[in-house]
Amino acid sequence: MCRVVDLRQAVLAKNDDAARALRAGLTARGTTVVNLLSSPGSGKTALLERELLLARGRSVPVAALTADLATENDALRLARSGVPVKQVLTDGLCHLEAAMLGRHLDGWLPEDTRILFVENVGNLVCPAGYDLGESLRVVLASVTEGEDKPLKYPTAFGLAQLVVVTKTDIAQAVEFDEAAFRANVERVNPGVEIVMTSARGGEGLGILLDRALAAGNGAVTHTPVMAGGRQHAQSHDHDHGHGHDHGHGHDHGHGHDHGHGHGHGHGHGYGHDHGHGHDHGHGHGHGHGHGYGYGHDHGSDHHHHHPGPAHPHRPDRAPGSDHADHAPGPDHAHEPPHVRPAAQPR
Amino acid sequence: MHEMSIAMAVVGQVEEAAGAAGAHAVTSVRLRVGELAGVVPDALAFCFELACAGTVLDGAELVTESVAARARCATCPDTWAVGMPPELCCPGCGRATDVELLSGRELEILSVRWEDGPAGARTREPMPEEA
Repeated sequence: MCRVVDLRQAVLAKNDDAARALRAGLTARGTTVVNLLSSPGSGKTALLERELLLARGRSVPVAALTADLATENDALRLARSGVPVKQVLTDGLCHLEAAMLGRHLDGWLPEDTRILFVENVGNLVCPAGYDLGESLRVVLASVTEGEDKPLKYPTAFGLAQLVVVTKTDIAQAVEFDEAAFRANVERVNPGVEIVMTSARGGEGLGILLDRALAAGNGAVTHTPVMAGGRQHAQSHDHDHGHGHDHGHGHDHGHGHDHGHGHGHGHGHGYGHDHGHGHDHGHGHGHGHGHGYGYGHDHGSDHHHHHPGPAHPHRPDRAPGSDHADHAPGPDHAHEPPHVRPAAQPR
Repeated sequence: MHEMSIAMAVVGQVEEAAGAAGAHAVTSVRLRVGELAGVVPDALAFCFELACAGTVLDGAELVTESVAARARCATCPDTWAVGMPPELCCPGCGRATDVELLSGRELEILSVRWEDGPAGARTREPMPEEA
């Protein structure tokens, strides 16, 4: 018999649930996640390097997870700051998802981390739709990208809680029109704060860290207009609220394991695996992770979580120290081979 | 190209619901996609076909209903079509605060058509590899 059945389920409900659970769990232990979005080459890594160094100088425990399709270059750069850094290779996937992030944090993220910076895949389209459990979403754009970038990528800019302009040291040379850029941001995201930074020249350094700390201390963050606008008729079992509900304590994450058998024991109260995402069980092996300095990795979606050897927390390690430490350890022997950096990038 | 991820999420959710209901062939899926959902319908349709292969949705049709984005200002009486790129400051009074987006970010599965009669009552001939 042919029947039409009303489902009325938000397509990204599982990601939203996972994000909410991750946010609740991390907030409970005092960790604030900052999700950084931008196009490739906008200077996310350079700015982050400086912010991590600043944090370390101020003895604020921070960590960074950086996602790329391939290469570990960014993690090598960030690891020079001496803070815990983890590279996630998405093997072609254009964005991070909350359950994926949760798996990478499990067993790696030091307990005392106050701010976790997540450098999303360089892409202004796909990552915009995925809440990662962040408490602050930041979009970056360099002065070379054109003042109309916010109009071309309205979802990324429209959902940001902070807009960071980078490379202002060359603004004059490229005739960056700050007023036009601000007007375009305002159009898609009225009221959002826009800050000017230059990792090279020093302008605006520390603002990102300050805003992240403020968000972690419970300061009210900007609610973008675009975060509303989902009028779904809610289904019986997915009535979890919409959009960017940053409220805490909405832990809907339990009991959603749909039986794909990952064997991850999430003993830390975050990163609930919703088990049915496309990122596993469908033959796509993306989502490998490598810890730098000391993170342990269990990033592959196709092998079981194992506690691995205890890697000592070494916040005092010398920046840019030798590669042997950075290379994937014996834990990774059963994973597909990864691109190994030929030389440390300058 | 996150349309593949979205297509797989749709297929996963429908598979689950179909499994729970004992349905054996899904023939169509109706989606609601807002203008500001960040999804390209053509790309989604392409990915959907691929994501359905080998599942209970194999061969299912994807019907996409688009939803226009509209917003309203707390102090002005009218709502407006925000367009693309969106205009989220009030065109009436120019206010940038107290603007509310009413619609346009939807991305949801509305309904599914499936067959839940006795197995074998499929409406199409099985493909050779299914035989």
